[in-house]
Amino acid sequence: MKACGTVHKYGDNVDTDVIIPARYLNSSDGKELAKHCMEDIDKEFVNKVKPGDIMVANKNFGCGSSREHAPLAIKEAGVSCVIAETFARIFYRNAINIGLPIVECPEAAKGIEAGDEVEVDFDTGMIYNKTKGTEFKGQPFPEFMQKIIQAEGLMNYINQK
Amino acid sequence: MGMTMTQKILAAHAGLDCVVPGQLIEADLDLVLGNDITTPVAIHEVEKLNVKEVFDKDKIALVPDHFAPNKDIKSAEHCKCVRDFAKKHDITNYFEVGEMGIEHALLPEKGLIVAGETCIGADSHTCTYGALGAFSTGVGSTDMGAGMMTGKAWFKVPSAIKFVLKGKLSPWVSGKDLILHIIGMIGVDGARYRSMEFVGEGVSSLTMDDRFTVCNMAIEAGAKNGIFPVDEKTIAYMEEHSAKKYTVYEADEDAEYDETYVIDLSELKQTVAFPHLPENTRTMEEIDDIPIDQVVIGSCTNGRYDDLEIAAKVLKGRKVAKGMRCIIIPATQAIYLKAVENGLITTFIQAGAVVSTPTCGPCLGGYMGILSAGERAVSTTNRNFVGRMGHVDSEVYLASPAVAAASAVTGKISCPQDLGL
Repeated sequence: MKACGTVHKYGDNVDTDVIIPARYLNSSDGKELAKHCMEDIDKEFVNKVKPGDIMVANKNFGCGSSREHAPLAIKEAGVSCVIAETFARIFYRNAINIGLPIVECPEAAKGIEAGDEVEVDFDTGMIYNKTKGTEFKGQPFPEFMQKIIQAEGLMNYINQK
Repeated sequence: MGMTMTQKILAAHAGLDCVVPGQLIEADLDLVLGNDITTPVAIHEVEKLNVKEVFDKDKIALVPDHFAPNKDIKSAEHCKCVRDFAKKHDITNYFEVGEMGIEHALLPEKGLIVAGETCIGADSHTCTYGALGAFSTGVGSTDMGAGMMTGKAWFKVPSAIKFVLKGKLSPWVSGKDLILHIIGMIGVDGARYRSMEFVGEGVSSLTMDDRFTVCNMAIEAGAKNGIFPVDEKTIAYMEEHSAKKYTVYEADEDAEYDETYVIDLSELKQTVAFPHLPENTRTMEEIDDIPIDQVVIGSCTNGRYDDLEIAAKVLKGRKVAKGMRCIIIPATQAIYLKAVENGLITTFIQAGAVVSTPTCGPCLGGYMGILSAGERAVSTTNRNFVGRMGHVDSEVYLASPAVAAASAVTGKISCPQDLGL
């Protein structure tokens, strides 16, 4: 499985309140949430994002609230993968549970800029920056989490057990 | 190798003699929690499961508290969704408006969680119950849904940071100042994926409400959980509030910690976290005149009785500054009633504050105190992210109830000492 797209780049500690502000949490519909994704730090994101695009950020991405609406909004906005130096733990769990691919890779987070064309190979964990001609090796998931990802989410995984 | 307190609880709930950091385990759950924002998503996810019945109707708590009493039509539909699910599955601990409170104040008060238990909640501040010596952590809706139906959750066993507390807090310094000090010291990801274990002779001087506040904000340092040892105060609290049997776990003498910090409580000062991260902390003497527009005293962090009592001591016989809004939110109905009976609410109203029914409302910019562009609030809540309490150009300063109440009187960030207290 691969993801390929244009990069939207963010800094440290992107919190779930800016990913999807609480004023929109009176809805749990992914499409509705996606309309407001990143609104409080990047008003233009929803207009710029194209299906398959990739989000790259620095440390502690997704900190704050446990709202699953955050990875859901990102996924429904069309983002195919989030690469970060590190992820906050609840966001990390939620992304795996709802099937939003994420990759932890400090080198990639530093070596990729907004607008770069990036390809991610989930089978090998390799990240290719096609614009700059560089490549990075992301952290592989533990086997147990790979099973959840292969089942396309926690609920399917439980059903298969 | 010895285990930390958290590791011991997890091992026992996974049916293992020993666990090590990084190990992936499946643990039995004693309590699964959700609110009106996260539960509807969980209910939707649960429909995908082959299992159609909840694992134990007594071990699930559903608390509509975020946008309840219903903020708008969409919120009303969410609350109805939770109510219908609770009715369908005969959930024992569903709390309707009138009996509900802010979940993390309500659950310990109702005795639903005690020492040695494991709890997940689809709310990041579920880590609050570590104050009782339980393992509790925040998860998302899918994990909550899976927990409700299977009674189990997977965890990566965390390593830990040890905080050795010495001495006693000075007057007008509280658990909020302690946790803000720690977050300022280690940063908002300083404890990411790890446990924060609080030990030492200084623990005994902290009230249970202080301990709840400290554990509540463990997540703001990125921690998986915060936890206190069980002592006489914990046991007295549990015996007053719960009929459940508790189990006391203690860290092994040779437990390993990633880091150890020694904190002298007597040296702590009143601390405020500046926008837009809880780690941007300053002590009172480092703060110049910062005029404010609103004060919020409440939330799962600081809406407990002790918090209101401190605020009342500051506001007694004083007035909220002209042009300031001071919103006070008792976290549960029981706290509200005790505050009425003891005259605290009278003090607040006479001071010119407004008192609300329990709700998370303003803390997350939901309702009941939203800020406009350019406005500043001093709040006893837990997050001051961009746009957290309203407009993206508004600002939230996190502080203790003592500082918040004093600031309401002066109209700028202040402490009780500024009022001659």
